[in-house]
Amino acid sequence: LLDLPPPCGEGRPSSSCVFVVRKDQDIYIQTLRKLFNESHGIFIGLQRSEEEFAGKSRKTQLVQVSKNYRSVIRACMEDMHQAAVSARDPALHSQYSTQVSILSAMELIWNLCEILFVEAAVAGPLLLRLLDWVRLHVCDVDNMVREVLSSENPSKHELFWNVVDVFVLQGRMDEARHLLSKEASANPTSVNMCRILDDLMKKMPVPSLGNTQTLTEMELKWQHWHEECQRYLQDGTFASNSHMESICKILLGDENAILEKKELMTTWYHFLVTRLLYSHPTVKPMELRFYAQSSMDLFLGGESSPEPLDTILMAAFEFELHQVIKECSIALSNWWFVAHLTDLLDHCKLLQSHNLYFGSNMREFLLLEYASGLFSHYSLWQLGVDYFDHCPEYGRVYLELHIERIPLNTEQKALKVLRICEQRQMHEQVRSICKIMAMKALRNNRLGSALSWSIRAKDAAFATLISDRFLKDYCEKGCFSDLDLIDNLGPSMLLSDRLTFLGKYREFHRLYGEKRFSEAAKLLLMLMTAHIAPCSFWMTLLTDALPLLEQKEVIFSAEQTYELMRCLEDLTAGKSDKQKFQDDDVETMKVEMLRLALARNLARVIVKEGTLEGS
Amino acid sequence: DGTSCVSVCARCLAKSDGVISIQDNRISIWSVGDLGNVGLNGEYQGEPQLLCDIRHNGDVMDMQTLSANQRWEKAHYHVDRDASCGGAACTGVICSNPEIVTVGEDGRINLFRADQKDAVRTIDNADSSTLHAVTFLRTTEILTVNSIGQLKIWDLRQQRNEPSQIFSLTGDRVPLHCVDRHPNQQHIVATGGQDGMLSIWDIRQGTMPVSLLNAHEAEMWEVHFHPSNPDHLFTCSEDGSLWHWDTSTSVSEKPSFLHQGGRSTTYFSHNTINQSVVSAWLSNDPTKDRMEITNLIPNQTLSVNSLDILGPCLVYGTDAEAIYVNRHLFA
Repeated sequence: LLDLPPPCGEGRPSSSCVFVVRKDQDIYIQTLRKLFNESHGIFIGLQRSEEEFAGKSRKTQLVQVSKNYRSVIRACMEDMHQAAVSARDPALHSQYSTQVSILSAMELIWNLCEILFVEAAVAGPLLLRLLDWVRLHVCDVDNMVREVLSSENPSKHELFWNVVDVFVLQGRMDEARHLLSKEASANPTSVNMCRILDDLMKKMPVPSLGNTQTLTEMELKWQHWHEECQRYLQDGTFASNSHMESICKILLGDENAILEKKELMTTWYHFLVTRLLYSHPTVKPMELRFYAQSSMDLFLGGESSPEPLDTILMAAFEFELHQVIKECSIALSNWWFVAHLTDLLDHCKLLQSHNLYFGSNMREFLLLEYASGLFSHYSLWQLGVDYFDHCPEYGRVYLELHIERIPLNTEQKALKVLRICEQRQMHEQVRSICKIMAMKALRNNRLGSALSWSIRAKDAAFATLISDRFLKDYCEKGCFSDLDLIDNLGPSMLLSDRLTFLGKYREFHRLYGEKRFSEAAKLLLMLMTAHIAPCSFWMTLLTDALPLLEQKEVIFSAEQTYELMRCLEDLTAGKSDKQKFQDDDVETMKVEMLRLALARNLARVIVKEGTLEGS
Repeated sequence: DGTSCVSVCARCLAKSDGVISIQDNRISIWSVGDLGNVGLNGEYQGEPQLLCDIRHNGDVMDMQTLSANQRWEKAHYHVDRDASCGGAACTGVICSNPEIVTVGEDGRINLFRADQKDAVRTIDNADSSTLHAVTFLRTTEILTVNSIGQLKIWDLRQQRNEPSQIFSLTGDRVPLHCVDRHPNQQHIVATGGQDGMLSIWDIRQGTMPVSLLNAHEAEMWEVHFHPSNPDHLFTCSEDGSLWHWDTSTSVSEKPSFLHQGGRSTTYFSHNTINQSVVSAWLSNDPTKDRMEITNLIPNQTLSVNSLDILGPCLVYGTDAEAIYVNRHLFA
């Protein structure tokens, strides 16, 4: 997140602006990581789900996805709550508690969006869903309800009528009636009134979820019922009991009566739903905005101004999707919520391709932002990869840039990163990562590891580098290090010429050690004549030939000896006069010895080859 | 759960409903019954970046005692032990109470004893490449696999720092990531490689694997024979799958001793069991012997890094920071 100072105007001389950059702290909170991981699974499931289902079954599928997201939020809330309760440090406790309320608000908003946008509940079921929504989220009164219900004599409890009111306000008729029956049995004088009220509550028409009645039928029934309540009120049936009278007024949808119970409703959206329940139960989705605005105004009454949460909910009731997303982005500290919600709404085909000024659409923009945030985490970056995969326009570019910057502290992490790159044909990145790992290994003297990385990247140049290193070590120490590697190169020997030479050279030494001289000799010669050996190494090879030349038994044939001589002459002829002058005595002596040995060998072999067998 | 679950150990599942997992320097004991979490902050290898698998042949008490008492810092390092960036990751650990063997990215093999502060023995530069896993072959011999596709046997009784035998793959030197030995027949060894291939070796004969089975699409991180019924093998991989390899000859009727509870020998005599095993794993044509392979993960997403099995319980951990326990493996 950036906290920007006021922008420097164009006319002013460039003053230095200090940008305060803050890392996204949320990803490091332990309990939230469960949210990120589980929602990742749901996200992937959604992207992969085929759009073969059309119409109703697709909608059911999407609603299920939405419910899954919400249950993950709730689970996280539970964990966070536990953490808050058990935290001893007050600062930590307050941090967790804040998180709990943020998560609760997120679930509230998501639930409403699910009802209005994903499920797109129509008039009738819409009210039922909204009632469920309110019942689920306005829990401030739960304690009071529990207290009264668990007392010995509920009807005598001082908060008894409050609880009845709560039930009525939330449309929980059965529970209200149950309490009323207790009042009836405890207070014989009010039995009549209770019976009537009970009857009214029982008969109240509610929209049905199935297709058992049409809206018009329901409206008709409701009109009759409404008139019946009106009659009872006007007759003064409940005049002697103010509580029951107010309940009757609520049943009639009297705004003032409902508003009197402000503390029991606690929020303007509860007020909205109660209002709708008792004055317009067949409300259509598009009509919500008018009721919402007036409800908020009536409830807040000019005393307090709407909070961010209120603005967001209002935007939802007004079906202003983009406004909802925008407000949520501003209010929340990380992109998780808006990214996933927008993606879901996009799958519901509700977002037009609302192109932002740099070309990608809103869904992609939010997903990119969210995933980029994940990459700064040492282990959540793996989730980010999948999100980038599902951003068609810029996902790949973002991934390429981010994946190269993941710190590779262990080989296993590097292997995982490489696997991701290889699966997506990101060859540049594979090469660069293998090179980094190979260089690290080389610097730590792990030549085998370095070679294994070069093989993975099929990097011939690096393999050559490693072989040179081995050869250098050999020249300095006179023996090979890491024989287990060189002896077991296998087909990877062919990766680079230098590596092939190394393998073959070592084989020469092995053959020599096993006293298989003629094979060793043939190999040695081949190394030079087939130009597998680098020129710089020829002197060493020729010197290695010396002991073979000095053997009692003649090993090199005449042909081979001529070849050797030619190699020697090529080598010395290649040196300029200046070089020859700089050669020290050792060098010249070596050459001399070689010439002598070659000549002697030639002499012996001519004689040997000229001699007839058996004579 | 914390970070990517790198390693799990099911040792205590039968005894006390617990699962031990290692991630990010924390060894946690999870009670599978009620999901309570008892965390032990034992830094087993003293190295910040930590990947290891622990298999324990003792009981739970041993594990707890070990982790509470000892801490071997900088057991693995590159070049200069005390340089700040000199630490190397420890990639594998195996215990045979009281001995502990560790291997690492520095190609080093360490032998510790639970009651001794310093390493009993260290083989520096045992391997020029990274050692990825280690397991006991016999009480005095260990098996290691490395990143140039070699399987090595080390005899710890001998003082020389050379492996007693080296095996390697045919063809490309694909890195090997995991190794496990058959519980009853010690010459049968299974390894898993970077290309997801499962190799079965007979270490009595030859230097090349007996069979190569094309398995996963990415690195195979762990391979385990079922400890009490080695007709069954389990492998898990970076591609997010966990495979159950079943070579028991009668696939439809499972013998009763496979289920939780006591052994019953009414179905198979001892000889038959051995015969079926020998023919199964060492035969060159797995299709002839009706090997059944099942992927145990329905919706795979991220890598399965580690698994362990005990009796009918299977536990595995994934990169989605979750641990799964399946208590009815053969139901």
